[in-house]
Amino acid sequence: MKIKIWINDKVYNDHIEPDTMLIDYLRDKGFKSVKCGCDTTNCGLCTVYLDGKTVLSCSVPAARAAGHRVTTLEGVAKEAEEFARFMAVQGAEQCGYCSPGFIMNVLAMAKELENPTEDEIKAYLAGNLCRCTGYEGQYRAIKNYLAVTRANYKLFEKGEVIEGVR
Amino acid sequence: MYTIQGYSKVKTLEEAYELNQKRSSTIIGGGMWLRLGNRSIGTAIDMSDLGLNQIEETETEFVIGAMTSLRDIECHAGLHQYFNGMMKEAMKGIVGTQFRNTATIGGSIYQRFGFSDPLTALLALDTTVEMYAGGMIPLDKFVIMDYDNDVLVRIHIKKDRTQAAYQSFRNAKTDFPVLTAAVSRRDGKLKVVIGARPGRAVVAKCPDVLASAPTEEDVKKFSGRVAEMVSFGTNMRASAEYRKILAEVLVKRAIMEILEQTSPEATGGVCK
Repeated sequence: MKIKIWINDKVYNDHIEPDTMLIDYLRDKGFKSVKCGCDTTNCGLCTVYLDGKTVLSCSVPAARAAGHRVTTLEGVAKEAEEFARFMAVQGAEQCGYCSPGFIMNVLAMAKELENPTEDEIKAYLAGNLCRCTGYEGQYRAIKNYLAVTRANYKLFEKGEVIEGVR
Repeated sequence: MYTIQGYSKVKTLEEAYELNQKRSSTIIGGGMWLRLGNRSIGTAIDMSDLGLNQIEETETEFVIGAMTSLRDIECHAGLHQYFNGMMKEAMKGIVGTQFRNTATIGGSIYQRFGFSDPLTALLALDTTVEMYAGGMIPLDKFVIMDYDNDVLVRIHIKKDRTQAAYQSFRNAKTDFPVLTAAVSRRDGKLKVVIGARPGRAVVAKCPDVLASAPTEEDVKKFSGRVAEMVSFGTNMRASAEYRKILAEVLVKRAIMEILEQTSPEATGGVCK
């Protein structure tokens, strides 16, 4: 079947099999940041934005995304890199396999929640699994990222912000 | 993983209904559970272009399109003002935000999944499902009906000042629930729903009336009697015996929560 789809603001016209999943289509088009982790809709690794909302691309048929706008990590590379630097400073990555989906969801959260508490951060990111770290490094990175990028973010003490990370 | 021979993004409900009369056809809601099986689907019916991904709030009810995501229900400010914010509470434990953005209410309710949090919550309210051919069917009745080839179009929740509370227990966050319970109180009358038994959610037959100003001990006894009236099963997550004990605890907590609610209105607030 024929589809027309926008990926990171570029239009693609393709023929696909009806049961092609969005994750497979995106990887075929070269968007290798989108990876399959659990294949059971649990790990969040395959997270992309569909019309601006986070979805699990392993469960969305590519045909459903036809006519819509898909954003992958490559499409938000600048913001992703900025947040990834906070991750690196905190030693929040070990194998790094979960990072693309995790970063996509963190960026979505940062847009959606104005001033999240730690519990709200944890609840929002519950669908992103990391089997290396125990999450503490990621949470520190998020806290610092929010503290640095938002002047009104008051959850954390000033001293917790790592100066010069940007 | 399923296989699909043909994919149809239907333009009308009539088209969806006609296509769905073939046994090999399947409507794809969110597709989260469907993709974990190995079905061979002749025609996959996609209703995502029918504008059924909206929640409409009228003076008398909330009308939720079948393709509305669980996340949209969780974040709906209007819904949050009613039923003590129970719908948000029922959604928030379902995997993660991306999952809830992808899963649809129609998929969860039509399939009447035993593990469905929304089914348990909606059963506690005055909820009606709107089927394309079957018309309006109370959810209490729909939940015990056999599957057919009809199409679930919308879900209607009557807007009233029903007090409600939701409880669930999971072995691990983001897992399926071991047990769910929802309790509502309308005109002084309690309705208790228990789900993830692990079978479909059921409205429990309350054995007697709870005293008008019950003590915690009264509520505990009442919850225990309710749990006695419901059948439970065993699966990899828990035994029937364990679920029965859990049911008593969760029903008690839900009733206590309702009793502690000073006002039938939720406190409000936006989704976080």
